[in-house]
Amino acid sequence: MIDLHGYGPRLAEGALITIELAVLSLVLAILLGLATASAKMSRNWVLHRVATLYTTIIRGVPDLVLMMLLFFGGQIGINMITDMLYDRFGVDIFINVNEFIAGVVTIGLIFGAYMGETFRGAFMAVDAGQIEAGRAYGMNHWLVFRRIRFPQMMRHAIPGLSNNWMVLLKTTALVSVIGLTDMVRVASEASKATREPFTFMIIVAVIYLLIASLSEWGFARLQKRYDVGYGEAD
Amino acid sequence: MESLMTWLEARLADNSIFTLQTLEYYGEGLTTTVQLVFLSLVIGLILAVPLAIGRGSKHRWISLPIFFYCYVFRGTPLLVQLYLIYYGVVFVEGIQETWLWVVLEKPFVPALIAFTLNTAAYTTEIFRGAIKSTARGEIEAARAYGMSQGLMLRRIVLPSAFRRALPAYGNEVIFMLHASAIASVVTIMDLTGAARFVYARYYAPFDAFLFVAAIYLCLTFAILYLFRYLEKRLLAHLKPASG
Repeated sequence: MIDLHGYGPRLAEGALITIELAVLSLVLAILLGLATASAKMSRNWVLHRVATLYTTIIRGVPDLVLMMLLFFGGQIGINMITDMLYDRFGVDIFINVNEFIAGVVTIGLIFGAYMGETFRGAFMAVDAGQIEAGRAYGMNHWLVFRRIRFPQMMRHAIPGLSNNWMVLLKTTALVSVIGLTDMVRVASEASKATREPFTFMIIVAVIYLLIASLSEWGFARLQKRYDVGYGEAD
Repeated sequence: MESLMTWLEARLADNSIFTLQTLEYYGEGLTTTVQLVFLSLVIGLILAVPLAIGRGSKHRWISLPIFFYCYVFRGTPLLVQLYLIYYGVVFVEGIQETWLWVVLEKPFVPALIAFTLNTAAYTTEIFRGAIKSTARGEIEAARAYGMSQGLMLRRIVLPSAFRRALPAYGNEVIFMLHASAIASVVTIMDLTGAARFVYARYYAPFDAFLFVAAIYLCLTFAILYLFRYLEKRLLAHLKPASG
């Protein structure tokens, strides 16, 4: 058997953190992506501009730089705000930036921009007549979104969504650089301590591949579900 | 040049963080980043062409290992690949006594190897997709002219496949530029490395990282416009006819 030098449990904990981080940031990214896509399609030009600026900047700057900016700058920024609150209003609060939350927020923020593009394309692929029909039935904006736009949009969004998820999963490895103990961090510590980099890094690589393969299967099933009524052709 | 430097120095006189010294760090970082990205892209591209052809081979002993290589390198984080190669090289028994150590001692070469292998895997997939989508009629026509497999590849399949791969390859170039930030993790002083150094020295995260983010943004736009120009030139025949 492979000798893990007692790093097994910590590696498992790290893997759990990786998965938690990935799933939570995916949820945040989807919510942000839906908001961005809606803002980009809105007639309000301020919303449109803000959303465009957001996606352009996020997609033009490396993930690691954004992560460091938000992580190292985040604490200082929050302290500046709480100091200002104290000076102005005498409210005394102290917020300590939690590494895990910082990681989720950063990755969510980054992939929200990518999701926004995916969702925008998918929303535009929904037939306008469908939405008009919904309106004609007297459905309000939200009901049209929930019953007509969202279910039909998802069919077009899943390939992009699955792609983004795969990239997101791999991006979580970067949090090890800003001090979160995910499985990459545990593996790199173990590599240095035991001088056996291959053992630990290959295990981590295999775990990533397993998660990726499993989610590929999951997305294929989801696609099947949203494809109901469209037949096999096309 | 001399007058430019004095002018710049005067401009920066009341600036505590962005002195000539720090700008020099950023400048060196920019050089390292561009070198790293350019070299890995060029070598990766050269590797990817035969790999993409082999990936579509009928012989499974050729196509299967290439598929496996692409699957592994596309399915795992670049950071893990970098660690594997960087630490892997350092901890090989007795390597520090051999001549190889002169090259491998600096983290630049392990990083270059990791980046090259990574981009080659992605580029192989891009090219494979482009080769696969060659119109059937073109291949039939080439066969009808009695072209051999190699000649057909060289004259018919590859030229059009390269053009079709261009938009996706542009994305890969930008992806590689962004991925190169990871090099700073193994103590390479690339752009991000310079920013981390400035941050650590002055404890000024906003100045250090916003400045470097702006440089990356400029580089990204430069690549974007370069590929847009190339697409306009090379894919002109695919544009919908106007009017």
